[in-house]
Amino acid sequence: MMIDWTAFTPWSALAGGVLIGLAAALLVLLNGRIAGISGIVGGLLAPKRGDVGWRLAFVAGLVLAPALWMAVAALPPIRIEAGYPLLIVAGLVVGFSTRYGTGCTSGHGVCGISRLSPRSIVATLAFMAAGFVTVFVARHLMGG
Amino acid sequence: MVKLSFSAWIVGLLFGLGLLVSGMANPEKVLGFLDLAGAWDPSLALVMVGAIAVGFFAFRRAAGQERSFLNEPMQLPTRRDLDRRLLLGGLGFGVGWGLAGFCPGPALVALGAGELKALVFVLAMLAGMGIFELLERRKPS
Repeated sequence: MMIDWTAFTPWSALAGGVLIGLAAALLVLLNGRIAGISGIVGGLLAPKRGDVGWRLAFVAGLVLAPALWMAVAALPPIRIEAGYPLLIVAGLVVGFSTRYGTGCTSGHGVCGISRLSPRSIVATLAFMAAGFVTVFVARHLMGG
Repeated sequence: MVKLSFSAWIVGLLFGLGLLVSGMANPEKVLGFLDLAGAWDPSLALVMVGAIAVGFFAFRRAAGQERSFLNEPMQLPTRRDLDRRLLLGGLGFGVGWGLAGFCPGPALVALGAGELKALVFVLAMLAGMGIFELLERRKPS
């Protein structure tokens, strides 16, 4: 293992993490809900009466965050290497699997580990491991 | 109802800003974190550290309350059993995450930043979630 110190951004990562933690804290303390993106979005596909507004509002907030940012400063870089076919496959797999496994990086990774949930700890270990292996195969075995 | 939507909107904005600040909204950085065998960028581990450091206390507080501060029932998961679906779902999500460097939140933020590729990913993700819903409904339960 070789650490790329030039790419390492510990302070912004930590600060961004604290903001994400604050967001998750506010949603549970104010709305009594878990800030899991896949769960919040997935719930819109099987809508229940009185349970749609807050989900749409949350997603609108996420999507509008870059606009708020741009009102103050230039956006940080967003570089998407994957081509369209790969993005479609990845999107389908992420969409299906996060619903099948009841969560993603936010619901299991942030909220679940914060709650010390054994299910979320196992799910997080599983998706981290699969992510590491997938990138290893794509970049080093297939020469991506 | 309006209060709940307003707070969820503010939370969504804050969450999105956090993803932008942290670097999570940039797939290149996510893949740099997942590439242990290459030039590894450990930054994103610190995103988890920062988020959990705050979340830990918030969820401990929430667990002791019957209702939220906006007088909503606390809807916290209660399951503690491990099952095959959880493991397979987690593994599958990791594969999809590693393929493009996008997980659901950052993809929505990148979509808001006007990235066409993020729009394509989000549409495919919604389709994947839709397929899950259809299969679940067909299953007699």
